[in-house]
Amino acid sequence: MNGFGIDPVAIDLRRLVRRQVASLHAHLVTRPTGRAVRRAIESQLAGAGETALSVIDFSEVHVVDFSCADEVVAKLLLHYQPPGQATRAFFILRGVSDLHLEPIEAVLERHRLTAVAETAAGPCRLVGVPSEADARVWRSLEERGALSPGDVPAHLPDEVDRATLESLVRRGLVFRRPGSGDYLALSNLMRSLMG
Amino acid sequence: MHVIRVPSSLDYSTVDSVFRQCAQAAEGKALFDAGYLRFVDPQGLVGLLSAGALLKRRLGQPPHLRLPRHAEVLGYLARIRFLEQARRFFSMQARRPREIAASSDVLLEITPVTTNSDVHAVVDRVQTRAGTILTRTLGYPLVTVVQFSVVLSEVCQNIIEHAEAPGWVAAQAYYWAKRRDRWMLVIAVSDLGRGFRESLAAEHAGRFGKRWGDGSALEAAFLHGVTRFQDLGRGQGIQQIRRQVRRWDGLISIRSGTARIADVPEWDDTPALEQGLAHFPGAQINIVLPAKQRGKERSGA
Repeated sequence: MNGFGIDPVAIDLRRLVRRQVASLHAHLVTRPTGRAVRRAIESQLAGAGETALSVIDFSEVHVVDFSCADEVVAKLLLHYQPPGQATRAFFILRGVSDLHLEPIEAVLERHRLTAVAETAAGPCRLVGVPSEADARVWRSLEERGALSPGDVPAHLPDEVDRATLESLVRRGLVFRRPGSGDYLALSNLMRSLMG
Repeated sequence: MHVIRVPSSLDYSTVDSVFRQCAQAAEGKALFDAGYLRFVDPQGLVGLLSAGALLKRRLGQPPHLRLPRHAEVLGYLARIRFLEQARRFFSMQARRPREIAASSDVLLEITPVTTNSDVHAVVDRVQTRAGTILTRTLGYPLVTVVQFSVVLSEVCQNIIEHAEAPGWVAAQAYYWAKRRDRWMLVIAVSDLGRGFRESLAAEHAGRFGKRWGDGSALEAAFLHGVTRFQDLGRGQGIQQIRRQVRRWDGLISIRSGTARIADVPEWDDTPALEQGLAHFPGAQINIVLPAKQRGKERSGA
């Protein structure tokens, strides 16, 4: 056990696509391909512990279409982070380029979802449909990396922001460490678990 | 013998005349006379294939295709793989087309789309070829190669997911001297499936009552993203294609049954909705993308 109570799972999309289709390139296109890739991710996650942090790597993927993004991103989040219920897995979309962002954001908006993405050019950001409060509180934690329960009232004096923090935990956008109750930014958790 | 005269210039604006003539052929033999064909674009090519396939199905025997007299046109039909596909639906006089060097303006030869792997193959091919045409011929930034691949992927999936029948896709750049004085990229997709009205009827016809028809089915799918699936994630493809085509100031139209619906840019006068056309059981998607700049000169040539 790594001390965080969560298992890291690295998902190499290029390898998963190559396993599904005989293609020159690793293109995430077509709904059947997306469905097959999503099932392969689910299979990998089934082998992890009760809770997993899954880092889905887009960096070697060239083309992502809307149908495939709907299967690989939106339906995956809906499965592990059902609205109104506690999340069963945390996700970071890694190596996301501007060209990937358009279909990913479109499908997240369609399903009213939010996800954490690490863009190729910069740090992690929220994509999809975060509220203003979501973005503010998430960014604040992202900058600090972690927040202990005792620090929360001083750091987030506004009650709305504290409620937002809990909402981010429920939606899998912030990790709460079992035992200590510390709030961890997913980027910080990823670095701690995967280097 | 029903004789269907193929116009000398067969493109998206004239291909309907072929379907009108086909509607008259209910039995017996049929001849498609393409002897005087001088110009054909992807919409004309996949339209002619579709018309041949439909008549073969209806008449129970393949119609005859009289091939173009002009050697250049015949060579082009061979090179863009029209003849290879046409042999499945037409009887043809065996004439060996003159070898013509491959043109850099053909982005995608007529490609059958029946499976998921076909869509991957189309995207692979476009990735290796589209750069030159999109950047040098149309003057688009290099990143549009990916966006263009996404558009093609979504239109091809429309065949597999909704038509549940075979179809074709083709794309080529042309210099439109008279109409626009600029290069245009024409993308055509056609399938012989059940069309939008039938595909959507079980889920949506009831809400429309007597207003349900080819036109209202196209409006529901094209304008409102309606699909036959309950899944919220469905129906995005056409909406996203429309958005991208608008960004490129292009034209997109879908023809199905007896209607055609279109997003029409300022430079074209295609009606936004046409009804009462000759019946076409499947669907045809036509996309025309204009070059950024006027003239025949290509960027960076």
